[in-house]
Amino acid sequence: MSNTQPMRLETGGRIDREKPLSFSFDGKQYNGFAGDTLASALLANGVRVVGRSFKYHRPRGILAAGAEECNALVTVGRGALEEPNIRATMQPLYDGLEARSQNCWPGVKFDIGRSLDYLHFLWPAGFYNKTFIWPHWHWYEGFIRRMSGLGKLPPADDPDHYMHHNVHCDVLIVGGGPAGLSAALAASENTARVAVIEQDSRLGGSLLWSEGNINGERGDAWLEETVRVLRQRDNVTLLTNTTASAWFDHRMVIACEMVSDRRATGEGEGPRQRLWKVHAREIVLATGAIEQPLVFANNDRPGIMLASAVKQYCNRYAVAPGMRIAIATNNDSAYGVAGALMSAGVDVAAMIDARQSLAGEGARALRDQGMTVFHNAIPLDCRGDRGVRSVSVARRGGEERLATLECDCIAMAGGWQPAVHLFTQARGRLRYDPSLGAFLPDEIPPHVHVAGMVAGALTLDMALEQGREAGLAAAGDGLQVRPRTRSKSTGALHMERAGCEHRPDRQWIDFQYDVTLQDIDIAVAENYTSVEHLKRYTTTGMSVDQGKTSNVNALLALAERTGRTPGEVGTTTFRPFYMPVTLGALAGRDRGEFYAPVQRSPLFACHEQLNAQFEDYGTWRRPRVYPRNGESEQQAVAREAVAARTSVVVFDGSPLGKIEVYGPGAAEFLNRVYLNNVTSLETGRARYGLMLNENGIIIDDGIFARLPDDHYLVHTTSAGANRIHAWMEALLQGDWPDLDVLLTPVTSQWANIAVSGPRARELLERLEAGIDISNNGMPHMSIATGTVENMPLRVLRASFTGELCYELNVPADRGAALWGRLMQLGEDLQIMPIGVETLGVLRTEKGYLHVGSDTDGNTTPGDVGWGHVADRKQGEFLGKRSLSRTHNTSYGRLEFVGLTPVQDGSVLAAGAHVIGAEHTGAPAPTQGYVTSACYSPNLRRYVGLGLVQDGSRRQGETVNVYDNGQVHPAQLSTPAAWDPEGDRLHA
Amino acid sequence: MFRISCPFCGERDENEFVCGGQAHIARPEPAEQVSERDWAEYLFFRDNPKGLHFERWQHRYGCRQWFNIVRHTVSHEILAVYRLDEAPPDVDREEAV
Ligand SMILES: [Zn+2]
Repeated sequence: MSNTQPMRLETGGRIDREKPLSFSFDGKQYNGFAGDTLASALLANGVRVVGRSFKYHRPRGILAAGAEECNALVTVGRGALEEPNIRATMQPLYDGLEARSQNCWPGVKFDIGRSLDYLHFLWPAGFYNKTFIWPHWHWYEGFIRRMSGLGKLPPADDPDHYMHHNVHCDVLIVGGGPAGLSAALAASENTARVAVIEQDSRLGGSLLWSEGNINGERGDAWLEETVRVLRQRDNVTLLTNTTASAWFDHRMVIACEMVSDRRATGEGEGPRQRLWKVHAREIVLATGAIEQPLVFANNDRPGIMLASAVKQYCNRYAVAPGMRIAIATNNDSAYGVAGALMSAGVDVAAMIDARQSLAGEGARALRDQGMTVFHNAIPLDCRGDRGVRSVSVARRGGEERLATLECDCIAMAGGWQPAVHLFTQARGRLRYDPSLGAFLPDEIPPHVHVAGMVAGALTLDMALEQGREAGLAAAGDGLQVRPRTRSKSTGALHMERAGCEHRPDRQWIDFQYDVTLQDIDIAVAENYTSVEHLKRYTTTGMSVDQGKTSNVNALLALAERTGRTPGEVGTTTFRPFYMPVTLGALAGRDRGEFYAPVQRSPLFACHEQLNAQFEDYGTWRRPRVYPRNGESEQQAVAREAVAARTSVVVFDGSPLGKIEVYGPGAAEFLNRVYLNNVTSLETGRARYGLMLNENGIIIDDGIFARLPDDHYLVHTTSAGANRIHAWMEALLQGDWPDLDVLLTPVTSQWANIAVSGPRARELLERLEAGIDISNNGMPHMSIATGTVENMPLRVLRASFTGELCYELNVPADRGAALWGRLMQLGEDLQIMPIGVETLGVLRTEKGYLHVGSDTDGNTTPGDVGWGHVADRKQGEFLGKRSLSRTHNTSYGRLEFVGLTPVQDGSVLAAGAHVIGAEHTGAPAPTQGYVTSACYSPNLRRYVGLGLVQDGSRRQGETVNVYDNGQVHPAQLSTPAAWDPEGDRLHA
Repeated sequence: MFRISCPFCGERDENEFVCGGQAHIARPEPAEQVSERDWAEYLFFRDNPKGLHFERWQHRYGCRQWFNIVRHTVSHEILAVYRLDEAPPDVDREEAV
C-alpha cells in the first residue's frame, strides 16, 4: 500500500492499515487509511500545494494539524451536499471523499490570480482604504466582491438536516486532552453530571502523538484506561468531533458536532451536524494551546509547518511531512519534535535555535547523535515556490550567514499561545507572561476553571494535577468554588524570541489574509499603534481563522516597533465563534416553512377554493384579493370595492384581536385603558375606542362591546392582539392588583365574518338567527347573541368599510360552515368576498384611521380629531396627564387630514411629502407626509390621508405633494372622502 | 441565554420571556397636579446601573404572569426572583458586584 503513499512511514501511527480508503483531491485519486484526516492523507501522498492565499494567491501547503489550520481550506462533497472552507486537518477521511482546492483559477498549481503576488508592492496595507474611495466605493464594489471571499456557495439548497440539542450538566469540560480527561475523572467520581467536549475525532489530545509517562506507565495506557472508566460511568457524556465555539450568558456553551459527514457521499443517515446547547453549572476549560509560527522571509511556502504538527503527522498518522526536515525554534519544545522524527527514521537537516546559549539537555543529546544544532541562529529566507527546497541560516541580526540547508520541510516552533477564546468570551482577563511569551488566563470568572496548557501548564504532570483540581472543585457539592485568581505558568520553555527585523523579502504574519511584517511596519509608520486599529488597517487576524496563528506575532511586532511591552499593547477581543459554524447548524429545523410560524384563519380553505391571492400580514397569511377570470389585481380590487358599496360582500376578519374582559372591575379597568368613556356603556351596545400609553400616544384602536353582566368584549387590531393583551396583563398584575378583572385572549377561538354593504341586512334576515336586526332592533354600534344552525352566534353591528356592516362571530371550527351558508344565501345578491387590500381601499375612502399607518410614535388623540373626547372624559385614564404636556399642546403638530388631488389624473402615494404651495420642488421644508393613499374605484380619483402640520386648522388649503421628483397639488380636507356625514352607517 | 426561574413555572430559557424594563416605578399621584418636570422624569428617565438592576419580566410564552427579578448588569447573574405582590428582596449589593 505504501508504495502508493510515498510519504507514509512503514510502521507506527494510530491509523488502521487494514482499512484502506480512497479519496480524491482536485479530481485525482489517492489512498489513505482509516484514522487519517484529509490533511494527513494528502501529506502521505506527497501533495504539497493544497490552496492559494487570499490576497496574493500564493501557493500554500498544510501548516497545522488541528483547528488552527489556515491554509488548507478545501471544499468537500459535490453538488448540493458540498461544503466550502473545510479545514483539511479537521476532516476525518472516509471512503469516496471528494475534495477540491479553493481560491484559485484555473487550478491550484497554476493560478492566474498569482499575478497579484508579483505586483504585491502595489497593494500594501491600507491600499484598499486609500484607493477605493474615489470617486466612490460602489464604483469598485462589484469587482472587489468577485475577487474576495473564500470558497463558493453550494449550487443548490442543502438537502441535509441539522438538529439542535439542549443539555444540562453540572460540569462541562471543554477539551478532551490530558487535563480535560483528568478533570472528567475527578468530577465524575460521585454523582455530578459531566460532559466532555472534544473537537478531535478522538479523545487524548497531545497523548495521541506525544510520548508521555504517567505514574510510571505509558501515556497511551493511561489514556485507554481513563477513557474506558469514563465510558462506564453513567453520569459522563463524551462528545468527540464536537467543537465548543461560543459562550453565552448564564454559562451556555454552543458546540457543533459533526455527526455524519458520510452524508457528503449520499450515504449514512441522521443529521449531518448537531448543535449542542450546553447549560452548565460549572465549566472547566482545558482547551490547550496553539503553537505559533516563526516570522522569516517567505515563511509561507508549502512545506513550512508548525513543529507540533510535524510531530503529530509523524507519530499519530505515520506520515513524514518531508524527506529532510529543518527545525527552527526559539524554545525547548522543538527538541521533542527532533527526537520523534529521528526515532521514526526521518532525516533532520538541522536544528536552528534562536537562543543565545544552549544549556538544555535536548541540544546536547542531539549533538551527541551527530545532529547539527545552530544556536543564536535564525532561518533567514527559504527557496522553493511550490514547496520549500532550502533554507538559509544566519546569525541573529541577519548579517552573518551560517549555512544554506537543503530541506523540503521546515518545522517552526515559535512558542505556544493558550487557546483562551472561550475564556475571554466568558469575560476572563488575560495577562502577558514573558517566560511563556504568551497571554495567559489571569482573572478567572466565577464558575470557570482552567487546567492544562490553557493555564500555562507545560508538563504532563502539571496538566493532570490541574485537571484533577479543577474537576474536583467544579463538582464540589454546590459549594461556591473559590476561583483561582492567578494561574501560574509551570515548567519552562526557556523561550527567547529573536525579534522581527525588517528584511527586503516579505515575512508573513497572517497566512490566511496575506498580512506581512511590512504591512505592520506601514501601519505603525502611519500611526495605527492601537492593536484594534492595527487589526482593522492591516486585516491581520480578521480572516476565518480569527488570528489563531497570527495575533500573537502581530502584536509582538507592534510592541517591538512601538517600544511597548506586549502586555501594554494587549490583545483584541475574541468573539464568538471560535470556529465557524455552518448556517445549517445554527438554523437547525427552523428553515423553510418552519422558519417562522404562519397563522391561518379557520376559513383558510374557503379562501383557497376562491383562488385568493395570499399575503402575510404580520403572522397571519390572509387573502389580499380574490382575482377572477384573469383579472389584474387592480381590476379585482376595483370590482370588490364597488360591490362593497353597492350590494353585499363578506370579509374574513378572524385575525382581529379579541379579548374577553370579565369581573366586577371590568368597566373601571376598561375606563382607564380607553380614552373613551366605558362606564356609561349599556349592555348590548358597542363603542369605538382609542388606547393610549402613559405618554398620551395612540397605541391601538378598536371596538369594545358590553355583553350581559360584567362582561366586555374588546377588539384590538390584528397586529396588536398579543401586544395589547400583554400590556393589559402588566397593568392588572402590576399596577392595579386591586381591580377584580379576568382577561382571556380569544382571538383564535372565534371565526369572524364581516357582512357589509347596502344589502347586508337583507342577507342576514335570510340567516334566521333569531336576532332582531332591524335598524331599530339593532342600531349601529350594538351587539346581540343568537344561534344559527345550532352554532352560538355573536353579531356586532359596527363598520370599518363605511357601509352598513355586521360582524358575525362563531366558534372557529364552525366558521367555514357559516361562510358557506352566507355565500349560498347571497348568491342572487352577487355576494362576493373582499380581501385585505380592498378593505384598505374602503377604509381610506372613508377616512378611517389605521393605527400604525396613519399614526406614528408621536400621535395623540388631539392630532387625529379626538381631542374633544379626551377633554370631556371624567376620571383618570392612561395618558391623560401627558396630553397636557407642552410638547403635546404646541403648534406645528402633525395632524390627521384628508388629501384631495386638485388636478384630474393626479396621483397620490403613501410616503410622499407635503410641502408648502409656494414650493414647486425639492429642496423644501417638509410639512408632513402622506400616510395612506390609493385609487378610489368608487370616487374615480385618488384619495389620500396624511399627517400634516396643523392640518386640522388648514382644511381647504392647497399644498403641494412632493413624490420622487414630481409635484402634485392637493387640497387638505376632512379625512372622509366617502360619505362624510356617515348616513350610510345608520341605514 | 439567560435561565430564568419563573415564580409560577420554574426555570426556563430566556426566549420564553419578555423584559418589561425597570421595576418599581411609582406613578406620581394625583397625576394632574404633578409638575411637567416630574412627569417627564416618571415617563422617560430610567436607571442604567453597572450593577444590580430590579426589572420586570413576563413569562409570555408560558403562564403569561409578570414578575420581578434582580439582575447584575455585568455578569447577568440573577440574584433574586419575586412576585409582583412581594417586597423587593434585600440583596447584598457588595457580594453581588
Ligand atoms: Zn411562568
